[in-house]
Amino acid sequence: MLIAIFADIHANKQAFEACLADAKGHNVERIVLLGDYVGYGASPEWAVDKVMELVDKGAAAITGNHDHAITNRNEQMNPSAQTVIDWTRVQLSMNQQHFLSSLPLSIPDGDRFFVHADASAPAKFRYILDVEDAARSINATKADVTLTGHVHKPAIYSMSVTAKLTGFTPATGVAVPLLPRRRWLITVGSVGQPRDGDPAAAYCLYDSAKREITFCRVAYDIEASAAAILKSGLPAKFAERLYLGR
Amino acid sequence: MATLWVVSHPDHPQPMLMKVPHLHEGEDPAAIVSFEMEQMIWPRIKGIHVPHYIASGDFTVQPYIVMEQIPGKTLLQYIPELPLPYDKVVDMGMRIATALDDLHRQHVIHLDIKPSNVMFRPTGEAVLIDYGLAHHDQLPDLMQEEFHLPYGTAPYMAPEQILGVRNDPRSDLFALGSLLYFFSTGVRPFGQTDTLKGMKRRLWRDPVPPRKLRPDYPPWLQEIVLRCLEVKPAWRHPTAAQLAFDLANPSQVKLTSRSERLTTDSWSTVWKRRFNPEITKESAAQPRMATQISSAPVIVAAIDLQEGADATNEAVRVTAGRLLASLPSARLACINVLKLGMFTIDSTLDEAGHNKHVDRMVALRHWAEPLKLSQERLTIHVLEAIDPAGAILDFVNNNRVDHIVIGARQSIGIRHLLGSVAGKIMSEASCSVTVVRPPRAGTIADAPADKIPEPEPANAD
Repeated sequence: MLIAIFADIHANKQAFEACLADAKGHNVERIVLLGDYVGYGASPEWAVDKVMELVDKGAAAITGNHDHAITNRNEQMNPSAQTVIDWTRVQLSMNQQHFLSSLPLSIPDGDRFFVHADASAPAKFRYILDVEDAARSINATKADVTLTGHVHKPAIYSMSVTAKLTGFTPATGVAVPLLPRRRWLITVGSVGQPRDGDPAAAYCLYDSAKREITFCRVAYDIEASAAAILKSGLPAKFAERLYLGR
Repeated sequence: MATLWVVSHPDHPQPMLMKVPHLHEGEDPAAIVSFEMEQMIWPRIKGIHVPHYIASGDFTVQPYIVMEQIPGKTLLQYIPELPLPYDKVVDMGMRIATALDDLHRQHVIHLDIKPSNVMFRPTGEAVLIDYGLAHHDQLPDLMQEEFHLPYGTAPYMAPEQILGVRNDPRSDLFALGSLLYFFSTGVRPFGQTDTLKGMKRRLWRDPVPPRKLRPDYPPWLQEIVLRCLEVKPAWRHPTAAQLAFDLANPSQVKLTSRSERLTTDSWSTVWKRRFNPEITKESAAQPRMATQISSAPVIVAAIDLQEGADATNEAVRVTAGRLLASLPSARLACINVLKLGMFTIDSTLDEAGHNKHVDRMVALRHWAEPLKLSQERLTIHVLEAIDPAGAILDFVNNNRVDHIVIGARQSIGIRHLLGSVAGKIMSEASCSVTVVRPPRAGTIADAPADKIPEPEPANAD
């Protein structure tokens, strides 16, 4: 089965639409959404509606720290991100807020595990930035393949039978086989706020029969996304960094 | 270690081999990882220089890889006959370098080039076997993190590989240089050692120059072999394609002090190297392989030496110069075709009694002079052929050229009469082609309409 995995959409309508269209072109059979549907971007209502629609059709969705912060006022972010959360809260209906708060922190899925950040403490939303972080997360579950977001950069980590870790920055469009007998952790990259230096929207395709993961990049209308952020009066840096992918 | 079985299958009529790794208690854990790497990499490499991948089984039942069986033996068969004649070694080297170029362009570094991993197809192409130590630029390198000791075959392992670097394609050029040295002298350049200390010695101790072992050793071959064996990857040929180019064009190899050496470096020089941290430290992070290879192309400038072509040749030089300026590892091959008559017996001398071939070599060098290229970046070739376009295309294919710069013929009359060389090359070449014309100067705008050169159709033949 071909699964499309999206993380860190961040209310970027143009980027998510482009990724969904690209995934449709690959005939994906299942959609997995790894959280952070809101924050930074100017289209939170659209994004949450889209996620609700996809979940209705069978998509798996978990919550991210930005989604969590909408209904948990104790969750504090840096001041500019907090500005957007406060603005977003006003934009979303009660129904949409309720939907976000109902999403689980993680979903075990056969030999796979979906979580927004470090699986060893999903509610802490710790970044997975190196092999030590990856090892802690991999050791916390029984899954062969953990799929996460949060860092906004594509990466593959592999743990051998002797518990040795390898980290790797994947190339776009190259299918990487996730060999059996090893355990894998994937950070899928961000749809709506890429931060690896490539401004194109990022998502992953996972072929569960071949056990192959492919990192996809999709060009989208950055100008429209950035203009919407500025028009909404949100911090300009969230618009500017879209052009740089930083 | 692994066992090889000859296998058959009703769906696959060709001769096949099955490789089954030994994974018993007490086996080196590297064997498992190396087999995993091979299973990942092999199915992704295509072409004539690799045994075709057919199937594999994973570790859940029984790991194996089934591949095409290449008839014949590996280069190990030649070891009792060493040293081999120079022309045979050069021919082998050229074929292996061509295979390496093909592999490197598919993002793979072999990292275990040695006689037992090289075969030749009955049609002559080198086939590289065994990908257990290979590195794929676009796949996770499981060997890198798993083991801190270097993996490879001691006599052939590049210095940087010994220091743990696994992502430099020029490590394969070092191994090939080691093989060429061994096959042409009968002696291994760094002896046979299995200790890490013994292997590290090659970081500071230079090999005995082949000319000391065989007094008739061609200086140009020593130049190539010792360049392959340089300690720093940056001092070797930038790409396998450029190494193959040198092996195919001995008369054009720029001879440096390497070619003259008759003794190893003095102890004081070696001592300085031994304690030079620049030599023994790991090199900085490499750019991705595709970037590294594409920054060192072989560029051909096809020059028309007939009268009236000066402005076009100048335009070719300007364009070639721009390409070379942006790519410091690129090299330029200047080509002119001495056209032979189809039915006449051609004299090698012109009306004034000059040797036409030599005259053209001189003219090509004169053309290239303003580019101020160092000699190792410039080669000069006068081809003799009935069909100029065909000769240039053959040169391009045989030398794995990446880019041709050629001028469009300015005279419509001649173009109609002789056909367009540029047009034929553009439609048939296997690489990029840039067709240039002289800049539109005032003279053209002022010229009578019937003298303005017409644009040449792209698909002219």
